[in-house]
Amino acid sequence: MSFRIIPSRNINALRQLHPNRNRLAPCATLFTATLLTAKSLLEAPTSKLYPGHVPISPLQRGILAVGSAFTALANPLRGDMVAALGETTGGMFLERIRDQMLLDPEGRRILRERPVITSETMQLDKLRELPDGTFGREYVRFLDDQQVSPDTREPVHFVDSEELAYVMQRYRETHDFYHTLTGLPVTVDGEIALKWFEMVQTGLPMTMLSSFFGPLRLSHEERKRLFDIYVPWALENGSNSKLLMNVRWEEWFEKPVEQVQRELGVQPCPQV
Amino acid sequence: MATRIALQQVLARRSLVVASTSRTAAFSTMTKALHQHQPQHNNTNNTSSSKSEPETHFGFQNVPENMKEALVKQVFANVATKYDVMNDVMSGGVHRLWKDHFIRTLAPTPGTKLLDVAGGTGDIAMRFLDYCKETHGDNTAQVTVFDINPNMLQVGQERFTKTPYHNTSQVSFMEGNAENLEHIPDNSMDAYTIAFGIRNCTHVDRVLKEAYRVLKPGGRFMCLEFSKVENPVISKVYDVFSFDVIPAMGQIVANDRDSYQYLVESIRKFPPQKEFAKMIKEAGFTVMGQGYEDLTFGVAAIHSGFKL
Repeated sequence: MSFRIIPSRNINALRQLHPNRNRLAPCATLFTATLLTAKSLLEAPTSKLYPGHVPISPLQRGILAVGSAFTALANPLRGDMVAALGETTGGMFLERIRDQMLLDPEGRRILRERPVITSETMQLDKLRELPDGTFGREYVRFLDDQQVSPDTREPVHFVDSEELAYVMQRYRETHDFYHTLTGLPVTVDGEIALKWFEMVQTGLPMTMLSSFFGPLRLSHEERKRLFDIYVPWALENGSNSKLLMNVRWEEWFEKPVEQVQRELGVQPCPQV
Repeated sequence: MATRIALQQVLARRSLVVASTSRTAAFSTMTKALHQHQPQHNNTNNTSSSKSEPETHFGFQNVPENMKEALVKQVFANVATKYDVMNDVMSGGVHRLWKDHFIRTLAPTPGTKLLDVAGGTGDIAMRFLDYCKETHGDNTAQVTVFDINPNMLQVGQERFTKTPYHNTSQVSFMEGNAENLEHIPDNSMDAYTIAFGIRNCTHVDRVLKEAYRVLKPGGRFMCLEFSKVENPVISKVYDVFSFDVIPAMGQIVANDRDSYQYLVESIRKFPPQKEFAKMIKEAGFTVMGQGYEDLTFGVAAIHSGFKL
């Protein structure tokens, strides 16, 4: 292969990750932990806990995880497979995100109030009336340009805890805000760059899998651009910024985008 | 549209009866429809006051009898395009061996007129015509592919366009209900086959009676269906495979866990081999020996009866 997977500038960025905020965790322990703590491989551990919950046994979880990983890699348009991959592998890491949210006052408010992001709660028409350059206006512009709506996210099915299901849901729903904040485009390499960013922030295995295997789908130039420009930016900003799961986005709509970026510690992504 | 909501709502209310597992499946979109359901076929409300309505099973759930047909129709409309792929995935290709053996057991002679009920995507019909051509060099065999679901029939028709039987009188397609073959005259068919379809019918006894009516004297009824595995070790492996692997594969390949959950549950609700053979005898058929042959340890079984 003509490219190096981790060029030296990225290794330096990885080394400079703030030690207390190193959120990358080994993935291998995840499945071992599930195997050791599961009561039975063939029985679902809980009953139905929330609307949309599908309790599955550890065996089925493993099959779904592997199957959805390959399907999502082969066909990234299968949003339900990407979602299933995240949910079946998310387990321990959602707990860590939830614990980190509990450490932050805004995060605690989010967990208590559980705001939901749909087109009704976002009041998109009001956002469209905001001045240009504000976070809310740019967010709606992003939605309109990409012709997506906040309602198209797949609901959570395979997380065995009501609170963690909300955390997963919130993580999914705020994805569009990350795009607006960072300025990354909704192309395949933009999404992969955002997955690197999220990997540094959350450590979810799904982000790791997307980050490491996603680039296999890119052309050589796109990969080169990804690892030369986007990934160093993602590593640096992901670790230096505030944990974005703690941000109550609904309250930041009227601020200008540059101010939001400054307060959260994120530099806009380099434009190519 | 109402039938789709009906299906979603029924599947959302499913609660598991099998002792070894404790899963209840519902997707959030379906629970929204849960309290909005207005059944279009009956005029009772859908609370527990269905004592006046006869109920039947739909997978592990109980539903009013006249809803089952619409629900099954919706299931097969959902799976039609991926039906053949999923068959291969779920059985590891073994379903092809079962169907080959089924047609060899039928051993049709030249000029046989076959009614292939629940024939949908045409697996049996194609094998039947191929057998007649290859074994007897015969082009006069005829098959009518009969199915309640237009989507499945359409997939079958598309598959047949790629065969030499396209646009010949050897194959024809008919949409209808197996419980009421009103357009097919009495004593008109040499053979009647129904493969993996009879367990989805609401009234199996009516299907058998209609089969008896349309067969000529000397005609043969043959049914290929999932059945009961007696061997306890294999039965356990089969249960794990059915309830853990198959819905996961349905989710991965077809993005439709619920239809495949219905499928594995409906298999458990169908009568076992001996009981079904008894039902065939009660419909008037003459049954040779036990009346059935187990395939793959009883995962599937071929039941056969003659009209004498």
